[in-house]
Amino acid sequence: MSAIQDYAPVVGDDVIYHLRQLAEPLGGLKVVHVNSTRIGGGVAEILQKLVPLKQDLGLDVRWEVIRGEEKFYQCTKAFHNGLQGNQTPVADYLLKVYEETNAQNAEELRPILEEADMVFIHDPQPLPLLRSCPNRKGKWVWRCHIDLSHPYRPIWKYLRQFAQEYDASIFSLPDFAQPLPHDQYLICPSIDPLSDKNKDMPKGEIRKVQQNFGIDRERPTMLQVSRFDRFKDPLGVIKAFRLARVFTPSLQLVLAGGEATDDPEGSAVLAEVHAEANDDPDIRILMLPPDAHLTVNALQRSADFLVQKSVKEGFGLTVTEGLWKGKPVIGGDTGGIRLQVVNHHTGFLVATPEGAALRIRYFLRHPEKVREMGRKAKEFVRENFLITRNLREYLSLMMGLVYGDEDRIELEKKAKWCPTESSIMGSSRTS
Amino acid sequence: MASDNDQVGPFIAKDCALVGIATGMRAQNLRELRDHLSGIHPGSIYYHFWGALLRPRFDDPQYNNDFAVWCHYALHDDPLAERLAVIDPTDFEDLESLRQEMIEVIEERLEEIERIPWSERDRQFHFLRSQIVVFDTGMQIQRPEDLVEVVPRLPVGSIFYHFIDARRREPIRIDDFRVWLEGFADVYADLQDRLAAIDPYFMTLTKLRQELASVFEDYFGKVSA
Repeated sequence: MSAIQDYAPVVGDDVIYHLRQLAEPLGGLKVVHVNSTRIGGGVAEILQKLVPLKQDLGLDVRWEVIRGEEKFYQCTKAFHNGLQGNQTPVADYLLKVYEETNAQNAEELRPILEEADMVFIHDPQPLPLLRSCPNRKGKWVWRCHIDLSHPYRPIWKYLRQFAQEYDASIFSLPDFAQPLPHDQYLICPSIDPLSDKNKDMPKGEIRKVQQNFGIDRERPTMLQVSRFDRFKDPLGVIKAFRLARVFTPSLQLVLAGGEATDDPEGSAVLAEVHAEANDDPDIRILMLPPDAHLTVNALQRSADFLVQKSVKEGFGLTVTEGLWKGKPVIGGDTGGIRLQVVNHHTGFLVATPEGAALRIRYFLRHPEKVREMGRKAKEFVRENFLITRNLREYLSLMMGLVYGDEDRIELEKKAKWCPTESSIMGSSRTS
Repeated sequence: MASDNDQVGPFIAKDCALVGIATGMRAQNLRELRDHLSGIHPGSIYYHFWGALLRPRFDDPQYNNDFAVWCHYALHDDPLAERLAVIDPTDFEDLESLRQEMIEVIEERLEEIERIPWSERDRQFHFLRSQIVVFDTGMQIQRPEDLVEVVPRLPVGSIFYHFIDARRREPIRIDDFRVWLEGFADVYADLQDRLAAIDPYFMTLTKLRQELASVFEDYFGKVSA
């Protein structure tokens, strides 16, 4: 498990020093995170990283997981789809299961939750826990990781009754914020540069992955990593590839996605993708298991540039991952992609397969521009989308909740004179 | 180099972190922008003028505040974008007078045009505000020459606090470095002029730190040579 100091070679000593300073007044604070799974899914992945890092910074952090039967998850899956705009009502008996499951979990967790100084509830699954903790002494924050920009109203109306009782909430983007009677903090997602999916890799390992999947490393390669989902427009990517290949016949396309065994629509989209590819030998459609982090890492590093031609996208962490590997991205002009793909700097934003094809042709003719944009992309992620930034914003938020909700919180600290260069910020600093 | 700081206290280096908060207010057209501006929390005006420096961005922004950026990219109203972009928030005594100036400029534009410019549904202007946490880094600088060593090592949050945020805090609306150097009478007048010439709007904080470092290095290097 990484400690906060392990990130210094990646983000710089000043960033680590900054985090330590920010965390100092929060030392010993009892913090509890609650979600519904310890393994699998983005939230668990984030907590696996953030919890130990907060502990390392001196906070007393616990991570608790609620449990439920199949019907509970059926209900919360429907919530998830509904909050992302799927207009399907949830049956009353499922809502009853949802509330009862939370009440049962509260029986077990109540002593820990009521004693905590700060409780972070992740996503809708444990949302009603607050109601079962009437003697809570700390601040409660709801962290919503879902795209809530256009929720199915009846589902949001039902969940809002629980959410509004919290002291604050956190959303990933301003678009997702909803009218609520408390502060709604904005903290966008981040990637962990030391994880298997993002850490540096020896060239030999990258070549091995290319070889395994029959990718010719002498020829230009474009890659899209995403689920087989219509919102990710894989058919549009194939169309763009074919339009561009007319000018560069050696071009290869790799579409890499996860298995879709539990998602009937995913299977249907995958079948459409196969039909569209029509056994084209230069289109690789890769089905990867959920833990194929090193493979994804190698594929991203082996591609010349990346595509994420989504027509709807919450944030797009695959874009962040690609940019971190120094690859510019041709991205759909939507959602969180707009935050990351800055036209002519870190890639290009496009609206159509035709637009994507034009940009692909540009990249194929300007390899020096691909390298230059790739360098900028990596620095852009380093400054804005790494886990250390996420941590900084969490700490700032906690400070806000602990020290009052004013715009400006000034923390007093005894200053010390630093007479020599080596002691300016601690002797371990590098310039 | 004169560095008598008997009367001038040390420069206490502080650092800050900023987190964005949604106000729940959104504008889809220019009239809504004007209406919301009239009543929005002053912290939101601060955030949309200055907060961009602490957010993901690039080193050559075309416009230097969020209102102008929105007018250009979402409303496609470049005359208004240009007029809003040229507003320098340090010209105004406080955020209320800055707010009034913004409203004036928008009102003027609304009178000039026949149709109200509007944005697409997913290009609305979201009024945000921020919460800033300021803390002491534990560092103090006794002599201006020490800035050469210290500035390149300051976290970017510290650069924001002393070079950007200071313009809102200080009554004379200048950065903390110049405020401190003022205490040494006219000894550092030339250095103060060089600092005044740095336009923080068109670069990232990392670039700004480099530029400040190079001004201090160049100045003190030349003086000691």
